[in-house]
Amino acid sequence: MKKMFALIVCFVLALTGCAQFATNPTSSEGSASGSGENTGDVTINVYNWGQYIASGDDGSIDVIAEFEKEYPNIHVNYTTYDSNETMYSKLKTGGISVDVIIPSDYMIARMINEDMLLPLNFDNIPNYQYIDEAYKNTTYDPENRYSIPYTWGTVGIIYNTKYVDEADIGGWELLWNQKYAGKILMFGNSRDAFGIAEELLGFDINTTDDQELQAAAEKLKEQKPLVQQYVMDEIFDLMENEEAWIAPYYAGDFLTMAAENEDLAFYHPSQGFNLFIDAMCIPSCCQNKEAAETFIDFLCRPDIAGGNMNWICYGTPETEARQYIDEEMTASEVAYPDEETLSKGSIFLFLPQETNQRMEELWLQVKTN
Amino acid sequence: MKRNKHLLSGTFLLTAPYIVWMIIFILIPLGVVVFYALTDSVTGMFTLGNLSKVFTGAFPKVFGRSVWYSLVASAICLLIGYPVAYFIARQKPSTQRILYMLVMLPMCMSFLLRTLAWVGILRDTGILNTLLGKIGIGPLHLIRTNGAVILGMVYNYLPYMIMPLYTVIMKIDPLLIEAAEDLGCSSRHVFTKVVLPLSLPGIISGVTMVFVPAVSTFYISQKLGSTSTTMIGDVIESQFKSANNPNLGAALSLVLMVLIFICVGIMNRFAGKDNEGGVVV
Repeated sequence: MKKMFALIVCFVLALTGCAQFATNPTSSEGSASGSGENTGDVTINVYNWGQYIASGDDGSIDVIAEFEKEYPNIHVNYTTYDSNETMYSKLKTGGISVDVIIPSDYMIARMINEDMLLPLNFDNIPNYQYIDEAYKNTTYDPENRYSIPYTWGTVGIIYNTKYVDEADIGGWELLWNQKYAGKILMFGNSRDAFGIAEELLGFDINTTDDQELQAAAEKLKEQKPLVQQYVMDEIFDLMENEEAWIAPYYAGDFLTMAAENEDLAFYHPSQGFNLFIDAMCIPSCCQNKEAAETFIDFLCRPDIAGGNMNWICYGTPETEARQYIDEEMTASEVAYPDEETLSKGSIFLFLPQETNQRMEELWLQVKTN
Repeated sequence: MKRNKHLLSGTFLLTAPYIVWMIIFILIPLGVVVFYALTDSVTGMFTLGNLSKVFTGAFPKVFGRSVWYSLVASAICLLIGYPVAYFIARQKPSTQRILYMLVMLPMCMSFLLRTLAWVGILRDTGILNTLLGKIGIGPLHLIRTNGAVILGMVYNYLPYMIMPLYTVIMKIDPLLIEAAEDLGCSSRHVFTKVVLPLSLPGIISGVTMVFVPAVSTFYISQKLGSTSTTMIGDVIESQFKSANNPNLGAALSLVLMVLIFICVGIMNRFAGKDNEGGVVV
């Protein structure tokens, strides 16, 4: 049901999105709410990952509707992207106005480095106080100036227990297992894909060494004949409908998929895995900074953050929000792994531009090889 | 002389809107593409590096694959489209209109959705394999094959083949066919000596109209193809969408454009001089 709804939403967004992007962000004076003081009506453009905000189905809260109810003067125009790189390219190309984005750690570092983010005014975001200390002073934003954590999570392997032999699971090798040729999915973005190959080869996932990058690319080329598709959010559909049996993806999304197909299981590969934080930022093309900060503040409110996490199934950076999350989820080893598992995770760090470019070049070689 | 000049300026005025349109939406963007293709992504200085990259690595193979698939798709479109167009052109006008509309109908829907529909039909857990499974066959490996990619192209671009063919065949004077028959031509000869040569311009323009969009297409091979059927359109898309390397993307587009011009040029040569329905490049 959720999937169907998402499809329809995507379609409608595709139809209306462009037009709205183009006519934005002037105030819509003709708004019919008639409260008399709606001259300050603004629209904010929120650009977020797909399937990454509670949309009101399956009994969850509808975060955007709640926000618009509470702040009738602010309208949210919500669009989605499928990878950090897509979002980055779109903003870099310019010509659009976006007010709130939710990229991952390494991308935030890159955007700070390239002056693409605006420092936040924390006076407008009092709910920042609920963010746990552990998620402050991070490597990507050491002074806590540009970002406020939205979620955190891990990457692991999702597999279908009906088809995959338990003896084969354990590490990343499963994604290179000939037995499952054609039923394996792989990340459709360079950083995550290279991260996996590097972990399998025992390299640092933040390596800038050209030899190691090339070795990782070779490893990915070796895997390519077995890969059914390089995908991102299509994974939901492909795994739930058993078109594919094995896929590396984000732990939170596994919980969403497992609700649709009970045969799906998840594990954190033994070699180590990516541990990430996705955080809310305001890009420099923002036109309504104050409204954007209001929106971010709303998302930080513990009851909203908790209700939101109930739907997207990722980890919350707010202890205060946990009371609003189903116990089943907070007890889940997948969403909230124990310290021992977490110690094996490593964070993607900022990479110099040359390394990013080199990685894209090698990634293209892998895909066209 | 004077009158002629007057006529010329009149024609010029009439074409002015189109010329302005062409400058804004064709020539300027083309200039931007050329500019990006010839500049370095980091320094912004003039370079031939992007263009030379296009001829290295796997790119020539990807170009070759795109051209080959598109040629096969064009040929299949012709084989399917010609009889359909011929059939439609021989109906009475009211039926013609209905049939013509039916050919156009699928084009009212986004080609992304139509391609996605094929994914649902062809995939291992899809409609076709489920049905086949019920009668004890399969599952057959249908999706993520070269055949599936070509099927997707044929399906999406078939109307572009039928339309010009229909227009040309419709205009063939039935009296010519009658005359050929009266003069003792067998029906096979009527076709090969009269109908086919007269419909050649339609064939050329149909093949061009299928080939050009097919060779630069993206998405179809992403959805219906395997990881080894990447086409040049997909590569170009990735350079703009996620790799943030518009310079290489522009260089690839530029080379693709030249390649298309060459291919279309070769095709138009076949059409001879009086290619009424032919596409002017």
